[in-house]
Amino acid sequence: MSAVSLERGKAAPVAVWVWAAGLIALAVIAPFFFYPVFLMKALCMALFACAFNLLLGYAGLLSFGHAAFFGSASYIAAHAAKMWGLTPELAILAGVTVAAALGFVFGSLAIRRQGIYFAMVTLALEDGIQAVPRGYLFGIIDLNQTMVMYYFVLAVFLFGFGLIVRAIYSPFGQVLKAIRENEPRAISLGYRTEQYKLLAFVLSAALAGLAGSTKALVFQFASLTDVDWTMSGEVVLMTLVGGIGTILGPVVGAFLLTTMENYLAQAGSYVTTIEGAIFVLCVLTFREGIVGVVAPYAMGRRARPEPPPEEVQVEEHDVEKLRQAAGEGG
Amino acid sequence: MFDWLPIAVPPAPLFFAQLLVGLINGAFYAMLSLGLAVIFGLLNIINFTHGAQYMLGAFSAWFLLNWLGIGYWPALIIAPIAVGILGIAIERFLLRRIARLDHLYGLLLTFGLALIIEGIFRQQYGSSGQPYTIPPELQGARNLGFMFLPNYRAWVIVASLAVCLATWFVIERTRLGAYLRAATENPVLVRAFGIDVPRMVTLTYGGGVALAALAGVMAAPIYQVSPLMGSNIIIVVFAVVVIGGMGSILGAIVSGFGLGLIEGLTKVFYPEASSTVIFVIMALVLLVKPAGLFGRTA
Repeated sequence: MSAVSLERGKAAPVAVWVWAAGLIALAVIAPFFFYPVFLMKALCMALFACAFNLLLGYAGLLSFGHAAFFGSASYIAAHAAKMWGLTPELAILAGVTVAAALGFVFGSLAIRRQGIYFAMVTLALEDGIQAVPRGYLFGIIDLNQTMVMYYFVLAVFLFGFGLIVRAIYSPFGQVLKAIRENEPRAISLGYRTEQYKLLAFVLSAALAGLAGSTKALVFQFASLTDVDWTMSGEVVLMTLVGGIGTILGPVVGAFLLTTMENYLAQAGSYVTTIEGAIFVLCVLTFREGIVGVVAPYAMGRRARPEPPPEEVQVEEHDVEKLRQAAGEGG
Repeated sequence: MFDWLPIAVPPAPLFFAQLLVGLINGAFYAMLSLGLAVIFGLLNIINFTHGAQYMLGAFSAWFLLNWLGIGYWPALIIAPIAVGILGIAIERFLLRRIARLDHLYGLLLTFGLALIIEGIFRQQYGSSGQPYTIPPELQGARNLGFMFLPNYRAWVIVASLAVCLATWFVIERTRLGAYLRAATENPVLVRAFGIDVPRMVTLTYGGGVALAALAGVMAAPIYQVSPLMGSNIIIVVFAVVVIGGMGSILGAIVSGFGLGLIEGLTKVFYPEASSTVIFVIMALVLLVKPAGLFGRTA
C-alpha cells in the first residue's frame, strides 16, 4: 500500500496487511450496496490506470496512447466472443495477446525517443489505430448473472493488480526505478535499459488489454471510442489524481473519476471542462495525488512520501540560485 | 508488379486539386509545428493547448465578424493579438509556476487547458462547424491552364509561406533571434549577460500561440469554424514535429509543407491510406533516424 515503507526494503508492516485485507473485504461486499455494473466499470478502469502507472510512475515513461491497448483489446475480445464464439477467458486472452503485440510494436518505436518525445510518439501512434473500420459488437457471455460477473471481474482485477505489485517489487521493478531516476547511470551499471523499458511497455500494454477485454465483457459492447485519445487523457488524469508512482493511487483515482462521470452525465461537454480543470489544479497544487498525501498518515507514520519522478537538472538549479541572488520573485 | 495496389493514373485536374489540398494542409501543419518547435525550444514544454489556441483564433475571427461586424483583414491582426495575450497570461500565471518541475507536468497542464477550452466551446457550439465566408477581395478563382486555383487558397499558401519565412528570419538572422537561440542553449549564461530571459520566455510563448491563432484565422474560411478543429489537427502536427525533429525551425517548415503534399498525393493514388500515411512515415523515420529528419541528437 505504501510505496514509502516497502521501497525501503523492509518487510511489509502490519498496517499494509490490515489495509489490504480491509479493502478486499470491502470489494467483496460492495456489490450488495452499490450498483454492480458501476463497480465493474470502476474496477476495469482501475486496472487500466494501474497498468498505465506501472509505466509512468515506475519507469518514468509517459504514454499518451494507452487507450490504443485498452480499446483494441476490448474490440478484439468482443469480436472473439461474438464472432468466433470463444469462451470469456479465451476472448480475454485474445485481447491481451493483441494488446501485448501492439505494445511490442509501439514500444519498440516509442523508446527510440526519450522523455518528452515519448509522449508525442505514443500519442501520434495511437491515432493510427483509428483506421480500423468502425462499428460495434455485442459479446455474448456465459457470465450473465451480474453478481457472478462481478466476482469474475474482481478476480481479474486482483490478478492484474497483484501482478503489477509483484513486478514493482521484483528486481525488474527496481531496475525500472533506476532507469527512471538516472538512465545513463543504469546503462553504465550494465543494464540494457532499452530492453527493460520495452518489457515494461509490453507488460503495461498487456495489462491495459486485460482491463479493456474485461470491460468489453462487462458491457457486452465494444466500440472504437475506447481508442480515442480523450480516453488516454482520462487514464492519465486518474493516475495523477490518485498519485503517480503510488500503488493504490490509480485505483483511488479511477473510482473517483468514474463516480464523477456518473454524476455529471447530464452536464454534457462540461465534463471535459471539469476534467481539464482538475488536471490544471492537480498539476499546480496537488502533484503527489490523494494516496501520495494520505498514505503516510494511513500507515501510522508521518514520513513524507517519495516525491513523484522529477528530473531535476543542474542548470535549472542554477537558474533558481541566480533568481534568488537577483532577488526577484519567480 | 504493383497489381495488388489500386493505383491508376488519375485525371490531371483531380491530381492538381489534391495537390492543392495537400499544400493547404501543409501550410497549416507548417505554421502550427513552427509554433510548437519555438515554444519547445525555449520552454521545454510540449504545448498541448496549441490545437485549442488555433481553434480560438478561428473563433475570434468568427466572433469579430458576427458580433462586431469586423471583417477578415482586421481579424488577421486582432485575433492573434488577443489569443497571444491569453497565451501570455497562461505562461505568466500557470506555466511559470511549474517551469522547474519535470517537463511531464507542463504537458499535463497544457493538456488540461486544452480540455477546458474545448469543453466550453463544444458545449456552446456543438461539434458542427460555423461557416465563415471568404473576404470579397479573395473570392473567385483563376484559370492556370491546367487547373482552377481559388484565389483564397493561393493567398493562404503565399501568406503562410511568408509568415514561416519571416519567423525563420527573426529567429535565425536577427539579434533578438540570437538571444532566443542562446537562451535555448543555456539560459543561465544568457541571464548573466543581463538579458531578461523570463520575459523572453513569456513573449516566446505568446508569439508561438499568436502564430497558432493566425493559422486559425486563415483556416476559418476553408475548414469552417468548429470546436473540434484543433484536436483534429494537433495529433497530425505532433507527428509532423516528430518527423521533422524539434531542433530546427527550417525543419518544421519543410516537413510541414512536405507532409501535407505527401498526404495530398496519397489521396490521389491510394485514398485509403491518406489518413495513416503520416503515421507510417513517422514510424519509418523513428526506425531510421530517431532524432527526426532535421533534429539534432540530444
